[in-house]
Amino acid sequence: MDFSYTETQGMLRDTLARFLADTYDFETRKKMLLRPEGRDPGIWQALATELGILGAPFAEEHGGLGGGALENMIMMEELGKVIAVEPYLQTVVIGGGAMKRAPAAMADAVIPEIIAGNAVIAWAYAEPQGRYDLANIRTTAKTDGAGFVLSGHKAVVYAAPWATHLLVTARTGGNQREREGVELFLIDASLPGIVRRDYPTVDGFQASEIYFENVAIPGDSHIPGGIDLIELLADEATMAICGEACGVSRKLHEGTLDYIKQRKQFGQPIGKFQVLQHRMADIFIEVEQIASMALMGTLKLDLPADERKAAVSLAKAKVARSINFVGQNAIQTHGGIGITVELAIGHYFKRGTMIENQFGSADFHLGRFEDLTLAA
Amino acid sequence: MHLDFSPEDLAFQQEVRAFIAENYPAELRGKQDEGDELSKEDFLSWHKVLAKKGWIAPAWPVEYGGTGWTATQKYIWSEETARADCIRLMPFGLSMVGPVIYTFGTPEQKAKFLPGILSGDVWWCQGYSEPGSGSDLASLRTKAVRDGDHYVVNGQKTWTTMAQHADWGFFLVRTDPDAKQQEGISFLLIDMKSPGITVRPIITLGGEHEVNEVWLEDVRVPVENRIYEENKGWTCAKFLLAHERTGIAGVAASKRGIEKVKSIARAELDGDKPLIANAFFKRKIAELEMDLTALEFTELRSLAGESAGRGPGPESSLLKIKGSEIQQRLTELTLEAVGHYGAPYFRGFGEGDNEHPIGPDYAHRAAPTYFNTRKTTIYGGSNEIQRNIIAKMVLGL
Repeated sequence: MDFSYTETQGMLRDTLARFLADTYDFETRKKMLLRPEGRDPGIWQALATELGILGAPFAEEHGGLGGGALENMIMMEELGKVIAVEPYLQTVVIGGGAMKRAPAAMADAVIPEIIAGNAVIAWAYAEPQGRYDLANIRTTAKTDGAGFVLSGHKAVVYAAPWATHLLVTARTGGNQREREGVELFLIDASLPGIVRRDYPTVDGFQASEIYFENVAIPGDSHIPGGIDLIELLADEATMAICGEACGVSRKLHEGTLDYIKQRKQFGQPIGKFQVLQHRMADIFIEVEQIASMALMGTLKLDLPADERKAAVSLAKAKVARSINFVGQNAIQTHGGIGITVELAIGHYFKRGTMIENQFGSADFHLGRFEDLTLAA
Repeated sequence: MHLDFSPEDLAFQQEVRAFIAENYPAELRGKQDEGDELSKEDFLSWHKVLAKKGWIAPAWPVEYGGTGWTATQKYIWSEETARADCIRLMPFGLSMVGPVIYTFGTPEQKAKFLPGILSGDVWWCQGYSEPGSGSDLASLRTKAVRDGDHYVVNGQKTWTTMAQHADWGFFLVRTDPDAKQQEGISFLLIDMKSPGITVRPIITLGGEHEVNEVWLEDVRVPVENRIYEENKGWTCAKFLLAHERTGIAGVAASKRGIEKVKSIARAELDGDKPLIANAFFKRKIAELEMDLTALEFTELRSLAGESAGRGPGPESSLLKIKGSEIQQRLTELTLEAVGHYGAPYFRGFGEGDNEHPIGPDYAHRAAPTYFNTRKTTIYGGSNEIQRNIIAKMVLGL
């Protein structure tokens, strides 16, 4: 057993952290969100070319740095510390994860484009009726000659307005909630028949409702693997946002600790009051547990499916509960100023809140854990 | 002791229901259903209907324009207005400065200010908190210096709710810089159109413009606009804070809120069943109803004490703490219930394309409301301060 990071992993973290410190301060981020596209695409290009780190989790034969899930966790934690609005989760973690398991022709074509910063991938998996069940899918992919025809409605597709590719889950058969017949496709985001309704999200991102209106897609856009692969991708994504939660909650903790040392009421810094000292200690405890669970789940992503799912679900349920506590108490401890858009703390709180339910709420994941491990 | 309504009470309940059904502004109802932000005119439309009917100030003594209702009738009124999802009336005149004026004001002050509060013609705001004085309100530094028959006021107030609409404000100012903190404060009524007043918006996490900074620069206020004695303003402030706290329990509104959560949980799907069939979620609603019922009967006991002549005392801190926590929990359950559709941010583009909707209407404000409602455990004396009050004033610690 060894919990130390390699020198390369340490360098990856330091390189990204230094770059984000220079480019992603709170005021600059605010300005990025106000741009028509809701981000500064130059940042993504710089991550690809100037820093050359979008290849972190890819194999060397694809031009990557030879890493994996741990590298993604490191990247997501640092991105979380600045609440970055960059499509790393969607493009590298999820899109890249799919490409690693895709047929060689697709992987060889797409992975270098991801690493070069040219491809942005958005994952169209959720549906309005489906909640967090990845098999609750109405969108259909019907065979049509050598290809398929896509029809259906995908909900809240993060990063879709920026995407060059869409990674889509759809049914080739089976009924609405059956695991059988759910398949994965990577398609060009600009195909005719794709109707997008774009909007900002409450945590500063850009997303879309996507309507597929009889979209003809080629046969080689199919990525074999079915629901098992889709669940694996969702688990990897879940652990990536647990890593992000680690970064977000560390900043919530840090900002609140600074604040109670400075803010004076009743003639002393409010950090002198025992009730706030204990609350601060509890925030610290929850942040450390987020870090522990992010690491635990990430290290168990390679286990057999049921063990992996149980571990990821425990991690996500705990992270959801903990970041809820950390966020709410960070705001409460700040008082009114914490509720304004002026201070960064509220923006971390908003992202933390969205992480709670993303890829499944605490209830969903505790339920999945129970189903897997607590049979009577 | 019993819980039954008398035949007279039941008749009153019917009268209230019929009145609301016939007179609640239709346009307001539409905006509420759409989740639109309400304008000053929207807030006033319901106020004016009630003012005309003489039902605008049930809590006031009859001689000043109150309804003379029994405690049970007041309870029925708050239940029925919440049941019909009527908007909350702005409390700054009716629940805050009004009672201060009829309790501490001179006959001239009562005659001058009370009618405008009742009619809704005058919109009030509250100048209490300052950037350096939040929980420690008595440390406030806005100063008023006597100059003939005027005070000259300088300083900065913050968190001033709806000051952008206000005609008048009630302010706590320091009139004796040498006295002990609470003893050098006076309670002034200030015309918000006075030269030297600047109102700047503060935007909150849900994107709302509810609160403001108010800057006062050499603002001249006639001495006749001071309520009660000079340097005795803290007496008015404490009286007002206790009044503010009882209203803050928000029992009737939270009951309505629970019904809304239930209807969302019936509409949302969880697999092949509605979300309300999910044992985890159902239990959370049940626990919230449990807490709300405990709060409701605590408030009823407190009101019974009040009608027996005991004013709202430090135990109203209990109502504020539990009421605010329940309001927050409601928004938390709503956000959880709407699932993925908690994420889209709707401000300013919710209209239009009905063929390609962005989730159900009830989801549109779920996250902003959750963010915004974090304020309830902070404002009106933070819950930490309320616990201090209970510890000190009730428990003698």
